[in-house]
Amino acid sequence: MKILVPLKRVPDPDTKIRLKPDGTGVETDGVKFSVNPFDAIALEEALRLEEKLGEMDIVVVSIGGEASIEQLRVGLAMGAQRALLIKTGAALDSLAVAKILAAVYQREQPDFVLMGKQAIDDDANQTGQMLAALLGIGQATFVSRLELVEQRTRARCARETDAGLESITVKLPAIITADLRLNEPRYVSLPGIMKAKKKPLEELELEALGVAAVARTTVLHYEAPPSRQAGVRVPTVEALVDKLKNEAKVI
Amino acid sequence: MANILVIAEHDAGQLKLATLSALGFAAQTAATTHGVYDVLVIGAQMGTTAESLRAYGARQVLVADAAPLQSPLADRHAWVIEAVVKQRDYGIVVAAASTFTKDILPRAAALLDAGMLSDVVGVSRTDDDLVFKRVMYAGNVLATVTLAGDLKFLTIRAAAFAPVVAGTTLSPVEQIPLPAGPMPDLAEYGGREAKVAGRPDATEARVVVSGGRAIKNAEDFERLVGGLADALGGAVGSSRALVDSGITPNSLQIGQTGKIVAPDLYLAVGISGAIQHLAGIKDSKVIVAINKDADAPIFEIADYGLVADVYTAVPELTAQLKQ
Ligand SMILES: Cc1cc2nc3c(=O)[nH]c(=O)nc-3n(C[C@H](O)[C@H](O)[C@H](O)COP(=O)(O)OP(=O)(O)OC[C@H]3O[C@@H](n4cnc5c(N)ncnc54)[C@H](O)[C@@H]3O)c2cc1C
Ligand SMILES: Nc1ncnc2c1ncn2[C@@H]1O[C@H](COP(=O)(O)O)[C@@H](O)[C@H]1O
Repeated sequence: MKILVPLKRVPDPDTKIRLKPDGTGVETDGVKFSVNPFDAIALEEALRLEEKLGEMDIVVVSIGGEASIEQLRVGLAMGAQRALLIKTGAALDSLAVAKILAAVYQREQPDFVLMGKQAIDDDANQTGQMLAALLGIGQATFVSRLELVEQRTRARCARETDAGLESITVKLPAIITADLRLNEPRYVSLPGIMKAKKKPLEELELEALGVAAVARTTVLHYEAPPSRQAGVRVPTVEALVDKLKNEAKVI
Repeated sequence: MANILVIAEHDAGQLKLATLSALGFAAQTAATTHGVYDVLVIGAQMGTTAESLRAYGARQVLVADAAPLQSPLADRHAWVIEAVVKQRDYGIVVAAASTFTKDILPRAAALLDAGMLSDVVGVSRTDDDLVFKRVMYAGNVLATVTLAGDLKFLTIRAAAFAPVVAGTTLSPVEQIPLPAGPMPDLAEYGGREAKVAGRPDATEARVVVSGGRAIKNAEDFERLVGGLADALGGAVGSSRALVDSGITPNSLQIGQTGKIVAPDLYLAVGISGAIQHLAGIKDSKVIVAINKDADAPIFEIADYGLVADVYTAVPELTAQLKQ
């Protein structure tokens, strides 16, 4: 079986996000970048399926500049067999990325795509659903348990929804997006890094893929959201109840 | 100018309150663009649900009512939305952000080759277009964004838009026939794990009590966090730390990658205040933090901070509230 796993390069979740003083973007100088955490979870799931079911062809793909090679190498070191960089310097949005991934999908013909539910930079939570629509295939989003059933023709998934766990069985091929409880991704090991050096990493210019993918969204300005001020400390539970009743009047 | 289609959300027919905020957004935006708005409800046996939507100023309440639409499956819901948008003239399709709408709206948007913005918290009008505000980077960044194209898909944060007020004129209800052609059949719904009944949903409650890593096990969570929530008639929530350790279900997680809440009162019980958690609570009116570490970052944003052990402070608080 072949599984396609998109990996996005994003600022590490533990770094403090700083804005450029002129509001044109987020400061990237000196910022540590990582594989989008949900994408790492998606890749981990692909690797676990391989461990359980036998050899698979796991292909990681990233769309962006040369710098994304760093994240693809992490993917290879975790255990993916092959990496593909779709090179572009253009600003993209979820629909544009979905169109590019649809072209990659046509080229690679995977059995399914495992990807993150959300990129932690744009926090859009759209690409997987859009990709499924463009390909006319099914989707299972926010997945926290995944099992291949019926001779691997379907995926039985548990989905994390606002109202609780939902169960859905989706026909393959499909797009499956990972939620955080699906698994805990492995750390990259030294032997993994050594092996990764010999694995194929292909670079392809976006133009060569033949998709017109222009972002519809334009960010005009970035600013810090209004910040909350620290309030007061209360010495006792009694004082707290008094404040809530008589000052804030919320109880 | 551009007309708006609001997608209503319901749970087995029970309208989600956030829908009224999506209608509020629509009313506000339609007023500035001289357009009108319709509301679409999709499901099975939607008679009363449709009825409950008639008082909110929509030009029409559209109902796609059919047995195969009973389960919240994205392929079928997106297919209905696609057909409705193609038949009528809309410039905006909008819903309140939730796991349900985030599952179906991007799919419908791509079917119609439309761009989409998630979690919109503001809208204003320029000469020829709309300009939106949305949060990114775990709530660290407020972005001013435009979305090109004659058709725009949006999810809005319910807390950012005042719910529409019910009026006395009732909108007409129109049944939408199922789109022509075969119904998508890409997935099968297997049901939902029964939710623990009794407490309101954190996104709809006036008071939310959330527990963090300070809480050692599920019994303590129920006793301390649940007990305090019940004393206040509120909902419960939790940090990711408790979800990760299996003490609370994921549906309770509040934050960047969980639920976004904006109650009148948010009580953080033994939560440190990681940026990803704060992303989900910043719009609360009053935030209370109880934490034994006086330097915990949660105190930097809390209106009232109590440095104390939650195992003694919370039972005491619950007892005093019950008096
Ligand atoms: C991609 C990504 C997404 C994330 N999304 C979310 C999200 O949506 N929501 C979320 O919450 N987190 C999220 N996180 C995790 C987040 O970074 C933090 O790890 C998490 O919020 C910490 O939870 P906590 O505050 O309960 O635990 P901790 O940070 O361990 O804090 C526990 C606190 O309890 C206090 N304490 C301990 N014992 C007691 C006691 N007896 N009495 C009083 N106080 C006590 C301690 O002083 C401490 O401040 C995400 C992380 C990543 C990487
Ligand atoms: N530039 C990119 N390269 C690779 N994958 C991406 C890229 N952008 C988005 N994705 C994938 O789409 C998912 C959802 O992203 P988003 O819709 O932006 O929240 C991510 O978790 C990734 O799996």
